[in-house]
Amino acid sequence: MLEQQLVNALSLGCVYALFALGFTLIFGVLGVINLSHGAIFMVGAYAAEQAVARFALPLWGALLFAFVFCGLLGLAVDVLVLRPLRVRNAPHLIPMIATIGVAIILNNGIQGIFGAQSLRFPPGLVPEEVLTLGGLQVTALELGIIFFSFALMAALLMVLKKTQFGRALRAIAESPKAAYLVGINVEGLFFLTSFVAAGLGGVAGVLIGLYSNALFPLMGQPMLHKGIAVIILGGMGDIRGALIGGLFLGFAEVLSVAYIGSSMRDAVAFGLLFLILLVRPTGLFGRLQERKV
Amino acid sequence: MEWFDNFWAVYSNLVLTLGTNSLLALSIYLTLSCGMLAIANAAFMGIGAYTSAILTMNYGLPFPVALLGGMVAPCVTAFVIGKPTLRLSGVYLAMATLAFGEVVRIAVLNAESLTGGALGLNGIPQSTQWWHVALALVLTLVVLWRLRRSKVGRAFESIKEDETAAGLMGIDVSAYKMLAFVLGAAIAGLAGALNAHLTFFISPGEYGFDRAVEILTMTILGGINGLTGPVAGAVILTLLPEALRTFQDFRLVVNGFILVLIVLFLPKGIWDPARLRQWFSRKGSRA
Repeated sequence: MLEQQLVNALSLGCVYALFALGFTLIFGVLGVINLSHGAIFMVGAYAAEQAVARFALPLWGALLFAFVFCGLLGLAVDVLVLRPLRVRNAPHLIPMIATIGVAIILNNGIQGIFGAQSLRFPPGLVPEEVLTLGGLQVTALELGIIFFSFALMAALLMVLKKTQFGRALRAIAESPKAAYLVGINVEGLFFLTSFVAAGLGGVAGVLIGLYSNALFPLMGQPMLHKGIAVIILGGMGDIRGALIGGLFLGFAEVLSVAYIGSSMRDAVAFGLLFLILLVRPTGLFGRLQERKV
Repeated sequence: MEWFDNFWAVYSNLVLTLGTNSLLALSIYLTLSCGMLAIANAAFMGIGAYTSAILTMNYGLPFPVALLGGMVAPCVTAFVIGKPTLRLSGVYLAMATLAFGEVVRIAVLNAESLTGGALGLNGIPQSTQWWHVALALVLTLVVLWRLRRSKVGRAFESIKEDETAAGLMGIDVSAYKMLAFVLGAAIAGLAGALNAHLTFFISPGEYGFDRAVEILTMTILGGINGLTGPVAGAVILTLLPEALRTFQDFRLVVNGFILVLIVLFLPKGIWDPARLRQWFSRKGSRA
């Protein structure tokens, strides 16, 4: 029974990690807590659903469509809203408030177009067979989510670690000004980061949409809260931290449902978060930063 | 006076909500003016609302006592969690207080025998009169206005500008931070208690993440350079969805657009005297 729970926890944790990855990328590189990330996650799920329902795209096509659609949406948010604020050197809370506005627009726009009732992906989109691996029951969907998320995250980590582009991105995370002075195209990388982060959020939306098989306009809000919890657990702006934090939250939730009761699921997650912040303010894996005077 | 009676019958709740929202905006303004981004105000509001409602409903206490209880309970909570929490700064403080808010919401959700759980508390006596809200708002404004010009207000200001320097000048930074946090909790609790006895129904969902962010938005949009800003922000954000009723299903979309536009074009908030003066003098010189 415990092993079975662990499989559930792993697939749930993978989606949390995928969502938090985009969230933490934006915070690390752009320095913005992007409260519209949950709405973009929701838009991703709707985009995939529409791609399947209208254009009869296969699953991989729908995932790709959601990635590109949300990526462009994230890019638009950056160009239209965050960039003007960057140029003007707005105080650090201001971009966050602007993203709240963006979230309100997206959540209510989708609700206006598709209504508040929940949508479903057409049946038969994902193979429904159940595999048995060493006594464990795993659905093809769960297995797919786990492999797909790990592949995406591994690719991202490799890019960040090994390529010139990744080094430039890490330099910007240290200091955008210094990166600009050594000749890095900072604005271009900001755009790219917004694109990739939003795209990852959208893909996470599709996966959760498939997993729970219910799309509704406010499905991004609980995810946003969890995303915040995950990036704090992992240390804000830390890629590996988001990964481990996501998995950690997945396990904490599933195990608390299994052993304490379903009503306490969120209490466990946020209670843990509160405690961790008090003991280790920079997250489980964050480095302590020197206080600047 | 007939039109007024009609108006009041339809809009009295909205007008009184303006008052309670202004109180909430002022409560978070207080912690922001001390340089702390603490977003537990929705939770403190909830604690105030539930405490006062339970006092009037289960114990039959008079309304003023319930109001007082609704202020004291969040104060005590703020004091208890303030000790460890206020060591954090910046984004970490914001996140810890948000997480605390979620813990409170879920605790209320699970304490069914006392709070009614997800169904909330129904049938709270409607004791809040318009002058209660007006009086609370005026008193809060007077207290905060006096505070700003006192030693305490100057200490808040110096902590906001530079915590280390303030500490070196002999200001007891952690004590003043605690004071701002606890006072803010009291104002939020008062707003919650008044609101609970106005709407006669409360449920845990009202005091969650979204409410916390909404309170912060009102204050930041209004501007945090003085007391006018938070009140202006609360009034505008409360009235906006009502004023946009013509857009029907898409009214909140328009609401979001307006929010983004305000942030883009008035980065210091709506109440930014220097910029307003600049605008009007420019127009004047052209004419």
